[in-house]
Amino acid sequence: MDKILKVNDLSVSFDTYGGEVKAVRGVTFELDEKETLAIVGESGSGKSVTAQSIMRLIPTPPGKFASGSIEFNGESILDKSEKQMEGIRGKDISMIFQDPMTSLNPTMTVGKQIAEGLIKHQNMSKKEAHHRGIELLKLVGIPNPEARIKQYPHQFSGGMRQRAMIAIALACNPKILIADEPTTALDVTIQAQILDLMRDLQEQTGTAIVLITHDLGVVANAAHRVAVMYGGKVVETGKVDEIFYNPKHPYTWGLLGSMPKLEGSGDEELQAIPGSPPDLADPPKGCPFAARCPYAMKVCEEHMPEYTELSDTQKTACWLLDERAPKVEPPESAVVGGSKVNG
Amino acid sequence: MSQQVQLDEKKDIHVDKEVLLEVRNLKKYYPVHAGFFKRKVGDVKAVDDISLTLKKGETFGLVGESGCGKSTAGRTILRLTESTDGQVIFDGKDITNLSGSLLREKRQDFQMVFQDPYASLNPKMMVGHLVDEPIRNYTNKSHKQLKTEVEELLERVGLRAEDYFKYPHEFSGGQRQRIGIARALALNPKLIVADEPVSALDVSIQSQVLNLLKELQGEFDLTYLFIAHDLSVVKHMSDRIGVMYLGHMVEVGDKDAIYKEPLHPYTQALTSAIPEPDPLIKKERIILEGDVPSPQNPPTGCVFHTRCPVAMPKCKEIIPQLKEVRPNQQVACLLYDKE
Repeated sequence: MDKILKVNDLSVSFDTYGGEVKAVRGVTFELDEKETLAIVGESGSGKSVTAQSIMRLIPTPPGKFASGSIEFNGESILDKSEKQMEGIRGKDISMIFQDPMTSLNPTMTVGKQIAEGLIKHQNMSKKEAHHRGIELLKLVGIPNPEARIKQYPHQFSGGMRQRAMIAIALACNPKILIADEPTTALDVTIQAQILDLMRDLQEQTGTAIVLITHDLGVVANAAHRVAVMYGGKVVETGKVDEIFYNPKHPYTWGLLGSMPKLEGSGDEELQAIPGSPPDLADPPKGCPFAARCPYAMKVCEEHMPEYTELSDTQKTACWLLDERAPKVEPPESAVVGGSKVNG
Repeated sequence: MSQQVQLDEKKDIHVDKEVLLEVRNLKKYYPVHAGFFKRKVGDVKAVDDISLTLKKGETFGLVGESGCGKSTAGRTILRLTESTDGQVIFDGKDITNLSGSLLREKRQDFQMVFQDPYASLNPKMMVGHLVDEPIRNYTNKSHKQLKTEVEELLERVGLRAEDYFKYPHEFSGGQRQRIGIARALALNPKLIVADEPVSALDVSIQSQVLNLLKELQGEFDLTYLFIAHDLSVVKHMSDRIGVMYLGHMVEVGDKDAIYKEPLHPYTQALTSAIPEPDPLIKKERIILEGDVPSPQNPPTGCVFHTRCPVAMPKCKEIIPQLKEVRPNQQVACLLYDKE
């Protein structure tokens, strides 16, 4: 399959009064056509900054692209002018934001917000855009779209606003859809509806999705590939099966272990990761996870490990995979489903 | 005091030693005013006739979607908001109508851990004073005594004694939640209502706080009312679970029964919608149509009938009552009505 998006060694930092905050430090990943890549990590791990960089939504200054490149269809995103970017945003790459309450314009009808992109990018007339808007609302499963299109966001419920936002994002058939925590603000039953909708739409339109989330449950249900981020770096990446059944990085183990298991009895103690994430204004020299890692060695604090390729698709940055390191088995709590695929 | 006893006899409060908290037919309506004269035009029925019982030392989980009234229920039980109707019996005593010093006296025994550790701590107060505030409020301990007690508490919840002199902004979210827990523990309460204590925290931090709450329960002999929307967290923490929908309690039961064999169609949809962190598990998900109706204008009959996949015509008319269908599992649904 063709690579539609290539992010290579991307570093983004912000100038603040407290010094330079290095939010993203050398992130590399690729996105195939028609696939869903999930970027998982805690708050402050740099996942949202990475996503916003792809859309060039980072204000510069204070933001700064310190190094690296983002290639979309072979063209460099970072070298484009603001005018050129306007031609890409909403047309080729579009985005769904976390909070549907605040990311829609409260003073515009939903129909107008959908039509905006259509009129700008596809030279539609107002009338055509209106009709397409009704089709789109129907597509995302909003009942009675003819009436709804004339309404304002405050007349919609949370789940419907998120659907409206998906309709806006999909209006111009983008090649890439970036979904930044699309279901975090929603209830479980609505979350299930939205995830199903995104999957159906991907089958219909063939859009590639970058799904940003902290919820491993959502990842397991929606993603093809996963990149685990910590402290501004991708520490492990692989197919969804590899990450869940054959994880190699202690942080991935920690994440899997700290999820309360539904089949558990509730008596078992959760595998907590001690401590808290690193301060990216003064990032650690070596592996960002070393301070919280139960297996940390001397080398971890001094040098960032290189990626070890475990398969064609799985790459992990951890010194434990070095041949000189002691062999460590993942803790029992990190074993998903009680059976390992490759183990 | 004799009046109290009389009251107890009249309302037939059984003095079951095992039961710490009993809530009977609790209601909380918020009036809605509209129009030029701001006349009352209706009620938002945030909590509509819920009953529950908490045994000593157990954890009762209250789950439901946002707006279902679970937080209002928690706050009304602690009398942080006044109930419209119903009774709350705490430790054998009806606290619904207590006032003044009697209520103040009782408040020592029930405390709350709040959702947002960023908003629930006064940023101008030192951690030491945040934690000793409840003790100062109820006792006349000397400064020295207070300090040692607070330092012990801080160490118990996983902070350091030196943190006494710090301010909330110097801590991360998980640490702030620990301060909130220390504050709730300061008076050695019997009941703690934890309202979404971990939903503002990251997963890796969330598990630290959940583990801490479990440890403290054994150590301080606590009973928890655990309110959360995250079903896997509630399952992990609770012994019994109550499921709420639009102000009503639709199902109550042991946690295994609720998750393995849910009876109410809403509980079935809710448990089936939990995304399992395991890509091989492909669950048959029950996708509910539409959204939760407005509590100002709830549907007639069973409040769930507008979204229920198995609704019958009579569901529009009859309000189902909680009934024991299996041992230790009660459900409010007409499907299980024999008549």
